[in-house]
Amino acid sequence: MSYVAGKELRIVGFLCNWCSYGGADTAGVGRFKQPTDLRIIRVPCSGRVNPLFVVKALLNGADGVLVSGCHPRDCHYSDGNFYARRRLEMLKRLLPFLGIDERRFHYTWVSASEGARWKNVVTDFTKAIHELGPFHQKEEKTE
Amino acid sequence: MRVGVFICHCGNNIAGTVDVAKVAEAARMMPGVAFATTYMYTCSEPGQEEIKEAIKREKLDRVVVAACSPRMHELTFRRTVEKAGLNRYFFEMANIREHCSWVGEDKELNTNKAIETIKLAVEKAKQNKSLVASRFKINKRVLVIGGGVAGMQAALDCADGGLDVVLVEKSPSVGGMMARLDKTFPTVDCSICILGPKMVDVSQHEKINLYAYSEIEEIKGYVGNYQIKIRKKATYVDWSKCTGCGACIEKCPSRKAYDYFNFGVAPARAINIPFPQAIPKKAKIDAQFCRQFIKGKCGVCAKFCPVGAINYEMQDEIVTEDVGAIIVASGYGLIDLDKLPEYGGGRYPDVISGIQYERILNASGPTSGHIERPSDQAEPKTIVFVSCAGSRDKSIGIPYCSNFCCMYIAKQAILTKDHIPDSQSYVFYMDIRATGKGYDEFTRRAQEEYGAKYIRGRVSRIYPKGKKMVVKGADTLLGTTVEIEADLVVLATAVTATPDARMLAEKLHISYDQNGFYVESHPKLRPVETNTSGVFLAGACQGPKDIPASVGQGSAAAAKVLSIFSKDTLESDPQIARVNTNVCVGCRKCIGTCPFGAIEEQQLRDGRIVANVIETVCAGCGICNSTCPCGAIQLQHFTDNQLLAEVNALCLT
Repeated sequence: MSYVAGKELRIVGFLCNWCSYGGADTAGVGRFKQPTDLRIIRVPCSGRVNPLFVVKALLNGADGVLVSGCHPRDCHYSDGNFYARRRLEMLKRLLPFLGIDERRFHYTWVSASEGARWKNVVTDFTKAIHELGPFHQKEEKTE
Repeated sequence: MRVGVFICHCGNNIAGTVDVAKVAEAARMMPGVAFATTYMYTCSEPGQEEIKEAIKREKLDRVVVAACSPRMHELTFRRTVEKAGLNRYFFEMANIREHCSWVGEDKELNTNKAIETIKLAVEKAKQNKSLVASRFKINKRVLVIGGGVAGMQAALDCADGGLDVVLVEKSPSVGGMMARLDKTFPTVDCSICILGPKMVDVSQHEKINLYAYSEIEEIKGYVGNYQIKIRKKATYVDWSKCTGCGACIEKCPSRKAYDYFNFGVAPARAINIPFPQAIPKKAKIDAQFCRQFIKGKCGVCAKFCPVGAINYEMQDEIVTEDVGAIIVASGYGLIDLDKLPEYGGGRYPDVISGIQYERILNASGPTSGHIERPSDQAEPKTIVFVSCAGSRDKSIGIPYCSNFCCMYIAKQAILTKDHIPDSQSYVFYMDIRATGKGYDEFTRRAQEEYGAKYIRGRVSRIYPKGKKMVVKGADTLLGTTVEIEADLVVLATAVTATPDARMLAEKLHISYDQNGFYVESHPKLRPVETNTSGVFLAGACQGPKDIPASVGQGSAAAAKVLSIFSKDTLESDPQIARVNTNVCVGCRKCIGTCPFGAIEEQQLRDGRIVANVIETVCAGCGICNSTCPCGAIQLQHFTDNQLLAEVNALCLT
C-alpha cells in the first residue's frame, strides 16, 4: 500500500465533473482544510459510476468509497444522478452480502458552489472510515 | 508507451505544501513514465514551450500535467500537446492544487497524495485513445429569456449583429424591474425615459420576435440545435385585435385586483395594461379577479371593446421555436414583508418596500407621483429608510448583500426632498456600499445637499403610535438607542432569486447556488457563461446587480453568442458514447436510459439489431455505459478500462 501507513486509509472518490468535482475545486480555492486520505477520480456524471467500480475498489484494497454528484434535479445531464441514486442505493444494500460493511460506501450530492459542504463531506466520511479501521487489515498482517 | 509528467510549482501554491522535487522523482519511477520534470508555472508560455520541446526531444506519446484543476487549464494543455503533434486526448491532468496542496496541511501527506494523483493520471493516460472531433451545423437563432433591461440589451445586440432573436417575457410587457423605477442613480435620470426607447426598439426590430406573457415550457437539444416549447399564457384578449385603447379598463367593475406592476400599492382592475409605456401595449385579464371567471357572468369588457378583442374562451397555446443558443436574463425577486415580523411583517400600511415607494414616486404610478402615505393619503414629513431589510441576515437565509439598495435609498432620499422640501429623511444603514463610478459622491450628496440623516445601526422594531410609526433602532456610532416617529417607513427589502428560478434552471440544465442564483462558469474569467455550452447568463439572475452591470452582462452574453455563431459549424466533443456492434446484443436498455434520446436502433447487414449513438445528440454523460449489461457501449475518454485503470492504480499497488 502506498498511502502513508498509520496516518491515512485508502479512500477512493468518484466525483461528477459538473458539480462535485467543481465543489471540491471550490473548497480548494477557499482553502477549506480536509484530511488527505481521499483520492479523486473524475467522471462526467454520477450516472456514469458503475456500481461494480465501487465493489472493485473495495475488494481490491480501498477502505472506503465515496460517490458524489449533482443535487437531484440539478444534474447537468438532466437525469444522471437519479440513475446513480437508484443504483447506488441498491449497492449499499447489497454490500453486506459481499462481506463489506455498508458504511464503507457513501454517496452524496455536492454542488459546484458548496465548497464548505464538500469539506464537511470529506471530513465526516474520512472520520467514519477511520473509526471502522482498515478493511484489509488481515491481508496486510500476513504480507 | 512514453509518458511525460510535468509538475507545476504554481509559484508557492503547490510547491509551498508539496515537495515537488520528490514528486518528480517518484513519477520517474512509475511504469511507462519516460520523463518527469518540475516547472515554476507550467501554464506560462515558456512552460508550455517546455512541454512541446520535451514531447519532441523525449519522443513522448502521452503527457500528464500535475497542476491545478482540469476545469481551469485542461483546454490550455490539450492545445499545447496538439501543437506538438499529439492527439489532444493523449493528455491528462492531475489536480494537485485544488484537491491537494490547498486543502492538506501536512507536507508529507500532501506530497504522497500528489504522487498518487499523478499515478492515477498516468495510468489513465496510458489507456487513452486518439479521438477526433467532427463538425456539425448550427442554427443561428438565439432565445433570450427575460425582457428586462439585461435581456433587452442582449436581444438588441444579437439582433443588430444579424441574428434572429426569440425574446420570451413572462409578464405582459417588457421592461422588467427597470420600467418600475422612477429615477436612476447616480444621474437621477428618468428611468422609463432611457428605457422606453430600448423597449420600442425591441418591439420594432425586424429580427426580434417577442413573446410577451409567455413562459418556457420545455427545452430540448444542445448547443447549436435547441428545440424550445413556449407557453403563451391565455390573456383572454386577442392581441392581434387589441389596440390598447383602454376602454375595457375604464369600464371593468372588478376594481380590487392585485396590481403586479405596482407591487400592490393600489388596486388594479381585473383587465389591465400594466403601465402607459407597456410594450406590447395590450390588455390582459387576470382571471382570478375577473367576475366573468369567478361568478360566470359580467362580460362588461367584451361589451365595451370597440374591436371585439375579448375572448373568455382563450386557452394557453404552445409554440415551438428552434434556436442555437440561449441567453438567460430572468431577473430577480424581492422578499415579502411577512419575512420581516420585527418590521411589521406587512401588517402596517405605512411600512412599505423600496420598490413600492419607487412606484409612489413615479409620475405614472398610482399616486401620479405625489408622495402620499398608503394609510390616509397624507403627505409624509418624516420618512425613515431601513437598509438591509433582510439582506446580510443569516437568520432568514439571506447571507449576501443585495448590491444596489444603498444607492436607491440615497436616490429616494434625494427625490423625497425634491418632492417635499420640508420633509426630513432618516436612513438606518449597516454600511454604505457605494462602490460604482460616482456612487460615493451621490450618497454624500444625499446627506450634505439634501440633508438626509444617516444613522449607522439596525432597526429592532417598528410599531404604530397614533398616526405615526415608531422606528426603534440603535445608533452604533453614538452608542445610543434612537426612536423616530415617522410618517412613512421604507424598507430596502432583500433581493432574491425569482420564485421559479430553480425550475427554469432544471429545464436549462444549468446550476444554481444555495440562494437560487445561477452559477457562472468561472466567477472571474467566465462570468456570463454557464457550464452548459450554448447557455449564457445576463443580469440579476446570476446575482443582485444594478443597471449598468446588467446592461454590461447583456451585451457580454450577446457577444458570446455572436462569437459562437460567427462560424457555420461547431466542433462536436468526441467524448461521446460509441457502440461496439460486435458485442451489442440489442437489448435496448441504453435507449431507455439515455436522457437525450441520442441512441437509436440500427439494423446491421446480417439482420442483427444493435444500438447506434447519434453523434451530435449525445452529451457524453455515460449513463448508457453503466447501464449496458455487456459493456458494448463505451463513453469515449471515460471507458470502463480507463476508469478501472484509475481504480487499480489506487487500490492494487
